[in-house]
Amino acid sequence: MRAVVTVTGKDQKGIIAKVSAFLAERGVNIEDISQTILSEYFAMIMIVDFSDATTELSVLAEECAALGKQIGMSIYVQHEDIFNAMHNV
Amino acid sequence: MFSNNDVLETIAMVQEEHLDIRTITMGLSLLSCIRDSAEETARKVYDLVCTKAENIVKTASDLSREYGIPIVNKRVSVTPVSMLCAAFPEKAPLIGKALDDAAATLGIDFLGGYSALVHKATAEYERIFIRTIPEVLATTKRLCASVNVGSTKSGINMEAVKMMGEVFKEAAFLTKEADGIGAAKLVAFCNAVEDNPFMAGAFHGVGEADVVVNVGVSGPGVVKHALEQIPDADLTEAAEMIKRTAFKITRAGQLVARQAAKRLNAQFGIVDLSLAPTPAMGDSVAQILEELGIETVGGHGTTAALAMLNDAVKKGGVMASSRVGGLSGAFIPVSEDIGMIRAAEAGKITLDKLEAMTCVCSVGLDMIAIPGDTPATTIAAMIADEAAIGRINNKTTAVRIIPAPNKTVGDSVNFGGLLGRAPIMPVHNCDSSRLILRGGNIPAPIHSFKN
Repeated sequence: MRAVVTVTGKDQKGIIAKVSAFLAERGVNIEDISQTILSEYFAMIMIVDFSDATTELSVLAEECAALGKQIGMSIYVQHEDIFNAMHNV
Repeated sequence: MFSNNDVLETIAMVQEEHLDIRTITMGLSLLSCIRDSAEETARKVYDLVCTKAENIVKTASDLSREYGIPIVNKRVSVTPVSMLCAAFPEKAPLIGKALDDAAATLGIDFLGGYSALVHKATAEYERIFIRTIPEVLATTKRLCASVNVGSTKSGINMEAVKMMGEVFKEAAFLTKEADGIGAAKLVAFCNAVEDNPFMAGAFHGVGEADVVVNVGVSGPGVVKHALEQIPDADLTEAAEMIKRTAFKITRAGQLVARQAAKRLNAQFGIVDLSLAPTPAMGDSVAQILEELGIETVGGHGTTAALAMLNDAVKKGGVMASSRVGGLSGAFIPVSEDIGMIRAAEAGKITLDKLEAMTCVCSVGLDMIAIPGDTPATTIAAMIADEAAIGRINNKTTAVRIIPAPNKTVGDSVNFGGLLGRAPIMPVHNCDSSRLILRGGNIPAPIHSFKN
């Protein structure tokens, strides 16, 4: 079961480290990362597998949103089905 | 597979453009609850609603967090209550109270189905039932009522139309301390649909399964944003853009509907493709019409723009979902749409223009506040006009109009929340009572020789 983690906000040091450590602690495996910086604006999109996660996806989404607040970024975790549904015919 | 742009686009739709699932509505058949007495029936009704819909709020909240899309309303619609109390219609308010209590227990904001279907004629028990509506709406918080007064197949029941004029007046009068909010929870329909998830007109038709989940998607803000990206496009391109946007919105709705049905042990019913505005800035159908090129909604060209919008939304939505139903069109309530409120305050939109607009979109004269001293027969005549539009055009039309007690043109009403606020709009003051007092039926229309 896969989800998409999106992290956006002003660039700073250690964003990837913080987010990936946070996910690893919860048994979430990162399968793909793409990241860009556009005029100091940081945007990262990760595809993760949460089959072995220690928390439910809805809880994980809340925890990640809280982490985002802590480090001054916006973090969204969404089941991949929403993107498949909306963007594929 | 999807691209990074798709991910960012979806997030922007939710964060900046108000994309949401407007409602998950569980339709419940209450026919199995009928017992010898009203008291016992009411108990059964309460138990059934509380049991079957027990997890609706939690399920919606889980889905909302998993997919990252807000699910604004959780609601329940039930079998038209008049059918449950044919043997004791004067005690129908007991069932109404049980439903209102059940809605409170579940933690949902509205429950629809205090309804009667009298599109051909009014049975004696329905006559008594309809008379209970104002009192029930005044003494409950979450219950919504509706009455189907006509259909394309059977014509218009003018006795019911006359009665509904009086019911609207009384429902508003009995809630005069709250600007007549009782009337805001009441709908008179022509060609009512059995699977509508939107309030106040939702009820669960007898042709439906026992437990069904219907979903209403929304996203006027998303459509407006998409159109803003192509300000100079011709209307062919604009229609195409609306279609594509409606497709995406509907797919999100369909996914949520299927998952919700699975988790709630219900049948997946339909996705309703309506664009439903809220009083929030940037969530307005009127502003889409203005984006298309009308200075203020209500100006000439509004009907054409609305017709195009409504049709394009349906085309995109039908492609996106395997089961489409409900009302499926653009809603044009006045008090629930910031663009409409502004146009009404500036006197740019009139009841007559709104009536013309209802010829090309769902659903009818919706959430319009009128002077409290408007005669019941005039309100009945408005209902007759709307019903005639629905009857001839084979579409659902409705009236949800609030004759605001002790208020007149220049005043305004404020219901708060999703019901919004509205200025009192002027109505024609000529007398229509002779038409209404004639009674009888406006016969079903012929559907050949169309002109």
